Amino acid sequence: MSDYNQQMIEQFRGNFLKEVESNVEEGEWVKMCMQCGVCSGSCPFGPHWAHPPQEIFMMIREGEREQVLTSDSMWMCTSCYNCIVRCPRGLPITHIMHGLATYAKRLGLAPKEQPTAKFAQLFWDNLTKTGRVNELKLGLALYFMNGFSEGIKTSLKMKDIGLGMWKTKRLNPMEMVGGHSCKDTKGLQAILAKAQEIEDAKIGRSGA
Amino acid sequence: MSEAKIGAYICKGCGLGDRLDTSQLVTIAEREGKAAIAREHDFLCSEAGVQMIRDDIANEGVNRVVIAACSRRAKTDAFDFDGVCINRTNLREGVIWVRPDTDEDRETTQEMAADYVRMGCAEIKHMNPPTPNEKTDASSRILVVGGGISGMTAALEAARAGYPVTLVEKSGQLGGVAAELVKRVPERAPYADPEDTGVAALAAEIEANELIEVCLNSTLARTSGAPGCFSADIATESGTTRTENFGAIIQASGFKPYDASQLPELGYGKTPDVVDQMGLEALVRAAGDGPVKRPSDGKEVERVLFVQCAGQRSQKEGHLPYCSGHCCLTSIKQAMYFKDRNRDIDTEILYTDLRTPGAPGEDFYRSGQQKGITFVKGVVEDVASSGNGAKVKYKDIILDETIERDVDLVVLATGMVPNSGVDIEAVSAPNVEGAEDDAGDNGGDSVEIPVESILNLTYRQGKDIPQLKYGFTDSHFICFPYESRRTGIYATGPVRRPMDMMSAIEDATGAALKAIQAVENAKLGRAAHPRSGDLSFPSFRKEGCTQCKRCTVECPFGAIDEDEQRYPQFNESRCRRCGTCMGACPVRVISFENYSVDTVGQQIKNVDIPDEFDEKPRILVLACENDAYPALDMAAQSGQQYSQWARVIPVRCLGSVNTIWVTDALNSGYDGVVLMGCQKGENYQCHFVKGSEMAHYRMSKIDDTLSQLNLEKERVATYEVAITDIERAPGLINEMAETIDKIGMSPFKF
Ligand code: SF4
Ligand code: SF4
Ligand code: SF4
Repeated sequence: MSDYNQQMIEQFRGNFLKEVESNVEEGEWVKMCMQCGVCSGSCPFGPHWAHPPQEIFMMIREGEREQVLTSDSMWMCTSCYNCIVRCPRGLPITHIMHGLATYAKRLGLAPKEQPTAKFAQLFWDNLTKTGRVNELKLGLALYFMNGFSEGIKTSLKMKDIGLGMWKTKRLNPMEMVGGHSCKDTKGLQAILAKAQEIEDAKIGRSGA
Repeated sequence: MSEAKIGAYICKGCGLGDRLDTSQLVTIAEREGKAAIAREHDFLCSEAGVQMIRDDIANEGVNRVVIAACSRRAKTDAFDFDGVCINRTNLREGVIWVRPDTDEDRETTQEMAADYVRMGCAEIKHMNPPTPNEKTDASSRILVVGGGISGMTAALEAARAGYPVTLVEKSGQLGGVAAELVKRVPERAPYADPEDTGVAALAAEIEANELIEVCLNSTLARTSGAPGCFSADIATESGTTRTENFGAIIQASGFKPYDASQLPELGYGKTPDVVDQMGLEALVRAAGDGPVKRPSDGKEVERVLFVQCAGQRSQKEGHLPYCSGHCCLTSIKQAMYFKDRNRDIDTEILYTDLRTPGAPGEDFYRSGQQKGITFVKGVVEDVASSGNGAKVKYKDIILDETIERDVDLVVLATGMVPNSGVDIEAVSAPNVEGAEDDAGDNGGDSVEIPVESILNLTYRQGKDIPQLKYGFTDSHFICFPYESRRTGIYATGPVRRPMDMMSAIEDATGAALKAIQAVENAKLGRAAHPRSGDLSFPSFRKEGCTQCKRCTVECPFGAIDEDEQRYPQFNESRCRRCGTCMGACPVRVISFENYSVDTVGQQIKNVDIPDEFDEKPRILVLACENDAYPALDMAAQSGQQYSQWARVIPVRCLGSVNTIWVTDALNSGYDGVVLMGCQKGENYQCHFVKGSEMAHYRMSKIDDTLSQLNLEKERVATYEVAITDIERAPGLINEMAETIDKIGMSPFKF
């Protein structure tokens, strides 16, 4: 567990709702939930995750910090916006889900083997390198996400599709070496570094 | 009144002329109905038609007017003639609209119309225009009992309308429970913060109002009389008593907070750090502007937990089965006492259903959430003293987990117990065997009711106004709020149903207007609700009376006392003109000028009963004019049909149905009788509260009569019919027609 996590635990001393309000995007909305359950009923994933939104909000109010932040529930959100549209209290539920996921990740509490979380990281790393998504590398990285042998198996399974894409010029094997990039990669990276700096300052920590 | 002279007017408008042979109806009115004048008109409600009637009244001395046209509920403005009796023979909604327009039905439709014309003429022959009994000496002063928010509001509203008021308050100050509050749930937008209670301002306004006389430390030692002439003995604590007259009474005796010591399971009594809502108000008042301290050791409160529905909405013994309506908002307000002092104080509200009714409701709830009050859907499992405040164990229903909290203070949201005085139905054993069955199990047995009388009425029926459910005074929630079963005495505020301050203010304003109405009606000798303005009044033929006391007991409104010779003594202005007494009287000596055993009995007798071999049965339908009759009218308007054998007679209340009508009908060859009254019992819709119930009770005994006559008991059916039963009501008539089809015609045809 990170120092940052320890720091936050000490700062908010059991008042998880307050912690969420100050550190999670749109977190100040959590207290406004009136527990009607409409979001949980509207969510296409409702029956499949451990804690649908209504429950997550209740857990936050009950101070169940550990259970909320280590849960994979908010990672399951597909951003369908069903809940936002229907919430009678106007909570930006989807955004809160994403905010919670981000916060859990920052604290180092996000579940390690959560596929959405893993994919998000791969995507980010892939994109920020050149400023362009390298689909070949991203695809392969995804196949090998769960280890080498599984990666080989998946690659073989997908072989025909890959060949088809190559033939129809949808996939360039040369991307494997280097690949295309945006005009000013350095400039992009400087922008991202600055953004990170601003974000870090906002949540009161240095480095990450 | 000079001799009766009948004018019968048959309308040919609205298709009546096409469907019916109106000239035959004219002949019937003349020959059988003995109408001195009988005319038809193309369009009776037109100016010319109305003028024709008016001329006959003025020039020909017509004083009994039979209008054979549309229902009595239509064109009431057009057919409004002073000083004469009016009968509205219903040929439109009652005949042509409920029968198909076919050749084969023409004959029976005409027979229906002919019978109704006969009935109309027969009724009016026995009607007399009522003579108003004006009481010029009636008092206009209004007595308000109780000086809380409801009572103060009622007093002020009546005074603002120009009526003198005497306000009697038991304690030494005005304000009631509200005076003990620090602040109230807001009354004004944006409904965000608690507001001043307004009690001081109200009290000051009362003091400054010359029309209001306030009697503190006073109670009512005796109340007698009737609207316009109530007499009350106002007794002060010091022992002096004075008597004053009043036109009407408003009972605003309010409520007592539920006794929280009955809730040890919620920790009350186990530690002083568990208080009820009134207890919290006291703590906050004691704190002034400073922090609120917990009672056990004076430590500043940092964590407080509110428990909603404490001993309420619960079927457990000793608990209140109902919701008191205000407590959720009150808890939000009280949590704000803390949050507004210091946002860091933990305030948690534990609820199962948060109910925030009224204008401020949702906004105030949101404001509470904004201020950081935590709302948890949960149920308390245990409250114990922890030596350092209280330990609360509760089940979070959303998370399905048991959670423990250490708090400094627990506040129980307990409910309201009405101060409605003596439950007269529990005190006096029912006088009519079985008739009061419903009163016994009114669900209120588990609620402890104060036994001290509020009004000390000298009425034969008991000291206080009757109660309905859970000890609240009987007043219909939706249809007729404020009305009690004692005419001229209106209940308002939490004594009639649980309510918050805002509702109480609205309620008291309504009750004040009701009281004013009662005062004015009494002066003119007119009935109050629901036959407002009615001038008729029951009288009885003393020579025939057997002193059986049926009328006295069955009158739902306590209008009949007994005189020294034990004869019934009718109190005219207490009477609502329902006719329940008339229906009750076994020797039929009670009657109104324009409504009597004869006015209905003669209609029954004048229906033409074809002999058995004609295969034309007759069904008598006695329908309550308030709900069942309009339902039948509306059925007609919506194109429904019912049996051509039915002959419908509207009655004031099913309670006014005297069994003689039913036995006479059966004896004279009717094949079936259908009675339609309003819903009775706890959720009554009966406009006269007990009328329908009494009728049902009486009819439950009709089987004996039927078996004496050797008739099938299916021939008489009694129903509760609502005004919305537009399909059901005609269906019930048709059902009877089918039954007769099955069991055959009555053998009593001559
Ligand atoms: S729909 Fe909105 S108010 Fe209802 S439970 Fe979900 S977040 Fe709360
Ligand atoms: S946006 Fe996310 S949380 Fe909301 S309904 Fe869709 S999947 Fe569920
Ligand atoms: S008409 Fe009704 S209110 Fe009047 S005395 Fe008879 S039963 Fe009572």
